[in-house]
Parts: sequence; structure tokens; C-alpha cells
Amino acid sequence: MNQYNLPSKDDFEQMIYERHTPKVHDKVKTGRVAVAGLGGLGSHIAIALARMGVGFLHLVDFDVVEPSNLNRQEYRISHLGMAKTEALKEQLLEINPYIEIRTDNLKVTEDNAIELFQTDDIVCEAFDGPEQKAMLINTLLSEKEDVKIVSGTGMAGYGRSNEIVTKKINEQLYLCGDFVNGAKPGWGLMAPRVMICAGHEANKVIELLVKETV
Amino acid sequence: MVQINGEMKNAAGCLMKEYLLEEGYRMDTIAVELNKEILPKKEYANTLLKDNDVIEIINFVRGG
Repeated sequence: MNQYNLPSKDDFEQMIYERHTPKVHDKVKTGRVAVAGLGGLGSHIAIALARMGVGFLHLVDFDVVEPSNLNRQEYRISHLGMAKTEALKEQLLEINPYIEIRTDNLKVTEDNAIELFQTDDIVCEAFDGPEQKAMLINTLLSEKEDVKIVSGTGMAGYGRSNEIVTKKINEQLYLCGDFVNGAKPGWGLMAPRVMICAGHEANKVIELLVKETV
Repeated sequence: MVQINGEMKNAAGCLMKEYLLEEGYRMDTIAVELNKEILPKKEYANTLLKDNDVIEIINFVRGG
């Protein structure tokens, strides 16, 4: 039995204000951020953003939690067989019960992407397949003037932490990763390096919300 | 001369789609930024590279 009662919404927000400062939190709490893909990259991004108190999180994935995911994705044995959207939402609400979370348990395509991310200001691209990554960037940035995308590409293997970077392509597109190390047999995705890339994406989201590069 | 991924190339007058195919890019794993704007894929076949164009070709890799 844990000794803490759930803090009230006001108390919870006060604690965040004290840690992040009102200048940061007033912008972050109205942020509308989507995480497209809830695997190793997306699950860690979502958890970081929930801890930051991003007010509106939109989680999108078609997949269920499988045992092979556990080497890098933020899921547990108790989540096996659950839709990733549900398993992650459950965890996020245990981290910050006062944020709004919308889930879409479906596959993103060039036909549904525009409408799907209609109300999101920032979309974190966290898919696995390079074709999906290219599809999302091309579909959203060819048509939506007002969305920003933070995308991950190149995070396989271990070591070489310092090769993971964030690069601005233009006002709407930021890339995080090492841009070259794709996952393949013998050089797969591992938790530490994927988490570094997730940290880069989440950190850039906060900079964009606060509208200030520090 | 055209700047492509930071290098100056003698590619003015070439069609974007031709350039991409000659360089061996897969059409379905790339995004192309032309002068700071993402070029829609349907424009690859009718966009000519011009002198002083600045192009970034992003080749996405697996993993996430």
C-alpha cells in the first residue's frame, strides 16, 4: 500500500511550476503533440512529454505489445497482447493523471495522415519503417503549413552516443539520430541508443513549445 | 552549379526525378527539400534543377 494520496490537480501543477518555471510550463501545458509510432522511440518520447506536462498528447500505433519489444520499448510483461495505444496511455496516466490523451489504434497512411494530425501542432515521427517515415514527412509537409515534425532516423546498435544529433532542416522539420545506422540483422535496435534519440526528439519538442532555442 | 547535401554539383538542367534515379535513391524512403521547402513527390518528374538551387535529400533509415 503506498503512502501517498493522489495530489490534487492544482498541487500537481504547482510542483511542475516549481521545477520547470512558469515560463516553460505555461507554454508546455497548452502544447498539442502527437507521437506517431509507439515503439522504442515513441514510447520513450511519450513518457518524457507526459513527465514534462505536455497538455495534449495524441498517441498513434496499430500494433500490440509483444515479448520481443521488451528489449527497448517502454512496456511490461503485464502489457503483453495489449494494444500499444492502451498500454502506453495507462502508463502515462500513472505518471501525469491530469494531461489529456487521445489514442488512435490504426496504421497511418498518406490517405489518413492529414486528417489524423489535424489538431496537433507538433508530430513526433517514431515509426520503424523508412517508407513510413518518408510518407509522413512528405504527406504532412506537402500540405500542412502549420505543423512541425520532429523525426527520428538512424539509431541502431550500441555505443557511439555522440553521433546522435538534432538537425534543423527547415522551420517545419527537425531530424534526430545519426542519419545512417538503420536497423538490420546483426545491428539491431537497443534501448540505450534508442533512448538517446527519443530524448533528442522530446527535448526538441519542448524547445519548440517554449518557442526558444537555448 | 547546384548544392546537393552540402556539395556543389554540376546538375543544373537535370530533372529532379532523373537525378534521384541516377544517384540510386529509392523514391519511397526519401524526402527532398528544395530551397527550404519540402518538394511534393508528384513534382519530382516536372522540377528542373537550376543554378544556385540548394537541395537536401533525406534518406530515411529503418528503426524507431
